[in-house]
Amino acid sequence: MTRFLKGSDASTFIGALIVVGFILSVFIGPYFVPYSEVEISGSVWEPPSSAHWLGTDNVGRDLLARILAGGQMTLIVSLLATSGAFLIGVPLGISAAVIGGWFDLLVTRAVDAVMAFPSLILALILLSALGTSIPALLLVMSVLSSTIVFRLTRAVAADIAAMEYIEIARLRNESMRWFLFKEVLPNVTPTLLTEFGLRFVYSAILISSLSFLGIGIQPPYADLGGMVKENSLAITFGRSAPILPALALAFLAIGVNLIVDGLLKRNANLDLHK
Amino acid sequence: MAARSITGLVLKRLVSGLVTLFIVSLLVFVGTEILPGDVAQAVLGQQATPEAVQAIRDELGLDRPALVRYFEWLANFVQGDLGTSLVSGREISELIGGRIEKSFFLAAIAAVIAIPVSVGLGLLAALHEGKFTDKGITISTLIFVSLPDFLLGYLLLLFGAVKLGWFPALSRLSDSMSFAEQLYAIALPCLTLALVTSAHTMRLTRSAVLSVMNQAYIEMAELKGASRRRIILRHALPNALSPILNIVMLTLAYLIVGVVVVEAVFNYAGMGQMMIDAVAKRDMPLVQACGLIFAAVYVLLNLTADILSLLTNPRRRRPK
Repeated sequence: MTRFLKGSDASTFIGALIVVGFILSVFIGPYFVPYSEVEISGSVWEPPSSAHWLGTDNVGRDLLARILAGGQMTLIVSLLATSGAFLIGVPLGISAAVIGGWFDLLVTRAVDAVMAFPSLILALILLSALGTSIPALLLVMSVLSSTIVFRLTRAVAADIAAMEYIEIARLRNESMRWFLFKEVLPNVTPTLLTEFGLRFVYSAILISSLSFLGIGIQPPYADLGGMVKENSLAITFGRSAPILPALALAFLAIGVNLIVDGLLKRNANLDLHK
Repeated sequence: MAARSITGLVLKRLVSGLVTLFIVSLLVFVGTEILPGDVAQAVLGQQATPEAVQAIRDELGLDRPALVRYFEWLANFVQGDLGTSLVSGREISELIGGRIEKSFFLAAIAAVIAIPVSVGLGLLAALHEGKFTDKGITISTLIFVSLPDFLLGYLLLLFGAVKLGWFPALSRLSDSMSFAEQLYAIALPCLTLALVTSAHTMRLTRSAVLSVMNQAYIEMAELKGASRRRIILRHALPNALSPILNIVMLTLAYLIVGVVVVEAVFNYAGMGQMMIDAVAKRDMPLVQACGLIFAAVYVLLNLTADILSLLTNPRRRRPK
């Protein structure tokens, strides 16, 4: 951890600070807010006050408590969707690079077909059929996000699969599983970690956009995007109720992007020393 | 000889573009068919009587094999018959008619603003690499890329329309409006779209130009004493043209997705709003039609990007 901080610049540090701050506040924060996120504790769209630090929402619930709970939901759903994307994309990518031939061709073409779509549009089409239950949302998000993970893993793994030590491993007749997970995977990990950050931001913004459009997470559950939708009318009264949850999402996204940017720069520096 | 091979390559791209369109249409169709049960059940819900479900099944011909229905749908679609909406019972081509123009208008104006500004700023950042201008532009684009579209939309709405009252909060277009009035009416959604896409375009332009500037022949030109101006205009720009054209096309493609969310923020009656409505009401024929149109425009823009880059970059014409 200290080595990580030493090697990074100010913006990475700020990014890490934002992300850690976000995680701590959505998980610990609710214990310090005197209201629960479902309890009606005031009138509609109250301005910020000492009782309600950020004001109240469209039915009079405390907005701060709502945003903390919504942030937790966005964080968990995005993490699950990103993990899903990697669980689909990484094994497929490594296998495609190592096995090659018709398997590679088939998977690559299928991924190309999915990537020929704007992802929000494809998500809408699939969700119109599957419905908007949370498992359906996670499935659709994971599949959409896995395309880029697949491409990246395949490209990196193909580079590695052509190296000498891999050739030796092949010649020694190591089993395919050993080969994939002991020889190829560790070398793909740094690139994949950076990509995990990018995919996470993508998922967080995708799920929030879907919820904002009314096709994501459905009441009684709510994520940050859903809260923007619930409170959207407040804007005509000059209240900032829909802006605050969106701002929380933006903070999370900026934080992760700053970290990713720092990691990318560091990896680029490593490349120069090769 | 050279000219012929270019035509051949372009033709090849066009054919592969057509194949992609075909696959996309297949995916749209399959995507809306993967529900448990079928469309009729989904539209009517759990409490529907079996007779009502059967009536819709008959109307849509759902008892016939999916493959037959797909080809029928595609053949009708190509001839301009988009089917009828399940919810309103009206012709889909009629419903889409006015909407598609509105979305196109919004996206076109946003592109006219966003592309020159963002490519210009991207170039500026690249030319001042590592200096204050570059750092300022890079950090602000990083922040803008992270902002969800609806945040920018509501911020502009709150400040531009409600607090300052400079722009209308409701973006309604009517035929009686002059062009200037129409521009004024869509000022805020247009600005939102332009800002959202600019950040991506700027980042891409900067890295495209920088990757050209780091090439050996640029160093050579520097070493032989060519002026910076000459290096950029004579050596770097022609080689950066192909990636930049590509980026412009990608920006246009990105606008298509942006339109959906921005229309929802501003209650703008375009294609995006219609598709969202259709998805919420599970109006499958309408979802299919909107989805296919959005996807087709996206595929065509990407195809154009590919062909343009082929035409502007001689290196890509040679087989490896």
